[in-house]
Amino acid sequence: MDIEFSPEDLAFREEVRTFIAENYPAELRGKQDEGEELAKEDFLAWHKVLYKKGWVAPAWPVEYGGTGWSITQRYIWSEETARADCIRLLPFGLTMVGPVIYTFGTPEQKAHFLPRILSGEDWWCQGYSEPGSGSDLASLRTRAVRDCDHYVVNGQKTWTTLAQHADWGFFLVRTDPDAKQQEGISFLLIDMKSPGITVRPIITLGGEHEVNEVFLEDVRVPVANRVFEENKGWTCAKFLLAHERVGIAGVATSKRSIERIKAIAQTEMEGDRALLANPFFKRKVAELEVDLAALEYTELRTLAGMAAGKGPGPESSVLKIKGSEIQQRLTELVLEMAGHYGAPYFRGFGEGDNEHPIGPAWANRAAPTYYNTRKTTIYGGSNEIQRNVIAKMVLGL
Amino acid sequence: MDLSYTETQEMLRDTLARFLADTYSFEARQKMLDSAEGRDPGIWKALSSELGLTCAPFAEELGGMGGGATENMIMMEELGKVIAIEPWLQTVVIGGGALRASGGALAEATIPAIISGDALIAFAYAEPQGRYNLADIGTSAKKDGAGYVLNGHKAVVYAAPWATHLLVTARTGGGRREREGVEMFLVEANSPGISRRDYPTVDGFRASEVYFENVSVPAEAMLSGGIDLVEQVVDEATMAVCAEATGIARTMLAQTVEYTGQRKQFGQPIGKFQSLQHRMADMLVEAEQIASMALMGTLKLDAPAAERKAAVSMCKAKVSRSLKFVGQSAIQTHGGIGITMELGIGHYFKRSTMIENQFGGADHHFERYEALTLPA
Repeated sequence: MDIEFSPEDLAFREEVRTFIAENYPAELRGKQDEGEELAKEDFLAWHKVLYKKGWVAPAWPVEYGGTGWSITQRYIWSEETARADCIRLLPFGLTMVGPVIYTFGTPEQKAHFLPRILSGEDWWCQGYSEPGSGSDLASLRTRAVRDCDHYVVNGQKTWTTLAQHADWGFFLVRTDPDAKQQEGISFLLIDMKSPGITVRPIITLGGEHEVNEVFLEDVRVPVANRVFEENKGWTCAKFLLAHERVGIAGVATSKRSIERIKAIAQTEMEGDRALLANPFFKRKVAELEVDLAALEYTELRTLAGMAAGKGPGPESSVLKIKGSEIQQRLTELVLEMAGHYGAPYFRGFGEGDNEHPIGPAWANRAAPTYYNTRKTTIYGGSNEIQRNVIAKMVLGL
Repeated sequence: MDLSYTETQEMLRDTLARFLADTYSFEARQKMLDSAEGRDPGIWKALSSELGLTCAPFAEELGGMGGGATENMIMMEELGKVIAIEPWLQTVVIGGGALRASGGALAEATIPAIISGDALIAFAYAEPQGRYNLADIGTSAKKDGAGYVLNGHKAVVYAAPWATHLLVTARTGGGRREREGVEMFLVEANSPGISRRDYPTVDGFRASEVYFENVSVPAEAMLSGGIDLVEQVVDEATMAVCAEATGIARTMLAQTVEYTGQRKQFGQPIGKFQSLQHRMADMLVEAEQIASMALMGTLKLDAPAAERKAAVSMCKAKVSRSLKFVGQSAIQTHGGIGITMELGIGHYFKRSTMIENQFGGADHHFERYEALTLPA
């Protein structure tokens, strides 16, 4: 065991840094830091650069397009991309459906979908939650009825992130209404351009159009687009949720946020002292650093376990709980820093007067980001559900 | 000691509550926010000239009912229950309060106009660099013949786009952050030399960056009282938003309890789950403490300055923390729907979050409280 990087690791870090410095699209710089809403092209621009380099899916097995990096190298990679404020890659293809397809899919599904996920040709969305089935996902009611070599799907999904851009969606649907809840579910890949699909925006508190409702009316899906066995979709769902929880900790991004907060709080003045010299504020920053270090090493232990062929098991719920809470506290601090300038609603007046800015640019999205980030303790299995998972699966209660 | 309301006070509350129930549905409020002006001027007209509620906190000789801070508390609590975007805080509590304390011809001329609904006041006190230090003022008021000339930039002035008058803090002397030389001026909003950049706020109001460029005001526009008066008025305003917080917190709790009775997961209403019951019980604990602090601080507003300041800071420190807990818990318990524009709860949360830091958050008020009461 060794907590320090080896000379090879350091060389790798140098290679990554140089690559990012030379190849990160200039037009994207700063966008994520300021909490700007990102366009489809923004996400794809960075995705394509990484695809060309062969670095778009470090965690995938090499045979499907992964990099073959060690756990340490993958850690360095996520550190460095966050440090440079690189736009996060969307998880729906790369970390959700991709691993499901290479783990459970048919050879045809692998051959068709995996390369298109890697290249960014297909934009994926996740059809899991329903209006009555959020935390209780297994109660989902969207029906898929077999009609020769097709399923006919009817129902409604909600909280479907960025479905407005999606080419494909992976959906949990009920194929056996008589089976016990989790046993009658199948995992379908659905072309979002299929007749019968309607996407309706849901506007969130910060004014963002990030999530949607998806209505499915007599949507015909080839049986060939079912992953794994009929009525065994819950296996894929569970596999995916556990994977989702690992990434959800967001350690590297939170580190970046703390650094940004410290930089701002050193220049933002409160009277004749920097805000960071305010002992109350400073203590909050320190507490976040401490909690984040604890989370980081918990994640590293989980990743080491995975490298040794274990899990990720239910202990990934620990990562989800702590990671989501830290993300929220970070946005609280930014809003506090903004002071009076937390109040202006920075949307809808992008045009116009640039001579009279409304407060510092970093404060413009402080409140919307704070509001929006309340989602982290709700999505991906709410933190209440994570505690249930720990109680049941880890503690055996 | 007597913590009961008078019959008149109960009647005031009922009148306002009934009026707001009729006029401030979620849809009606949303329509106001989406309109060009960002409000329905008819509501203010009704509150003032038709229902006569604006007269409640003013002396009888100025056309008022002889009430004061308690009446403002009652009003703000009810306005909070519907997250009203009416400028009661700015016009009646702050504008009216400053004028009432300052007295003289300016008060005699303006307070009747506040009561009638003709005068609408915005409070231009914050500055981009000042954070929550009321004396951190760069805006200057230079003596010029019989009057003053104002120059400077005021930040995030709530209700400024609607205002007939701006109550402005400016410096007639002394250096930045010195208490000496801070004065308040009541300036007509359309005075030559005033320009604004207007915008909506995240909590549904309209506000402005206000720029003063050689704005001439007569000597009579200056209120008497200096920084002491500014502090008193801001303390009164702070307690008013604590009262608003009472209405908001109780409403958020009620809506959360109602929602958890309807929303089913795992075959039962989620309100049956103990983890959520305990959270809602804690929300009640915090909401009730908000109400208690709003009452305590309001009753201390007439105490000697040092006692008043310490009490107000205790209240705001507690209210900020409790409100954060109630707001965050309400959203968490609602789940995803709480983060959307589609349900009322999110809109309450947006306003409650702004109240947490309005006139200073918990840190600011703990610091002020400690400086006043605990040895260094």
